[in-house]
Amino acid sequence: MNGTVITITSGKGGVGKTTATANLGIALASLGQKVVCIDADIGLRNLDVVMGLENRIVYDLVDAVEGRCRLSQAMIRDKRHPSLFLIPAAQSRDKTAIAPSDMVFLCNELRSEVDWIIIDSPAGIERGFRNAIAPANEVLVVTNPEVSAVRDADRIIGLIEAEEKGTAKLVINRLNPEKVKKGDMLSASDVVELLAIPLIGIVPEDEAVLVSINHGYPVVLNERSEAGKAFMNIGRRLLGEEVPWMELDSRKGLFNRIGKLFSGGN
Amino acid sequence: MTSLIDRLFGKSKTSANHAKERLHLVLIHDRTDLTPEDLQSLKNRLIAVISEFVEINAEDTEIQIEVEGREQTLIANIPLKSPRTRRS
Repeated sequence: MNGTVITITSGKGGVGKTTATANLGIALASLGQKVVCIDADIGLRNLDVVMGLENRIVYDLVDAVEGRCRLSQAMIRDKRHPSLFLIPAAQSRDKTAIAPSDMVFLCNELRSEVDWIIIDSPAGIERGFRNAIAPANEVLVVTNPEVSAVRDADRIIGLIEAEEKGTAKLVINRLNPEKVKKGDMLSASDVVELLAIPLIGIVPEDEAVLVSINHGYPVVLNERSEAGKAFMNIGRRLLGEEVPWMELDSRKGLFNRIGKLFSGGN
Repeated sequence: MTSLIDRLFGKSKTSANHAKERLHLVLIHDRTDLTPEDLQSLKNRLIAVISEFVEINAEDTEIQIEVEGREQTLIANIPLKSPRTRRS
């Protein structure tokens, strides 16, 4: 195997990096890929709870880097997909425990074992971001259709260009089609025009995401969720499939859902 | 200002339009590290230097950054004084 390293980053915190990482990991695993997700946010471990794997952690990323365990011991197998693994962040250390060269070395070892390595970057543009970006073959920038998130995304895109990581691809998360229609939210095309990088996914705002995080059951596993479908579509696009853009008309979505209720759902 | 933006977008200004317009300007400055004040002093010095060689119409001189994708171009529009208005 010659795995591809994808780093999920954003600049601004709270836009949905960890949610995107967990869901893309599951999407790719359910499409038959062998995947490892790495939580690179050392000191602020989070990906484990979003994936519902918090009770299984024995070793973490820093243990693996510092040689206290074998790499395979730090890889926690997912409950639902045997081809999906998590390497959790260390909780009692900070970002300086790891250098970009450690991440490159670690990912080079993992590349021969898995198809995809998905790195959840910490927010910010400091050491943690540098660690997360160093081994990347591809970078996905997550943003929300909102001024501060778009501005930070632009800054991060510039830094990714400067690191010669090629052109990042854009994930617009939490788009609310109703607010766009009312003129109270930037549209997907506004954001793409401003940031001027290729779009790989639009994830609609969906309360199922919050519920799924409460349960540690990523939303992509919920076939009726629009956000879940959007994450699955990104997974397919990563595999090179041409996936049509989802219809994001909120009213139509609502009528569809009501229609499904009456027809017993499907 | 509002009417200018209205004309730019060809419709009444929603908060999303305002957000886009503000972001457009702020991203130019973030990417180039040029503030509007920097741009103004660049313009003044440009006018001074070019005036040493040719008579220009300083009031109508414009300098701005144009954005095409992620590429930015500094555009200077410097009208020369026509022979009729030129002092002899």
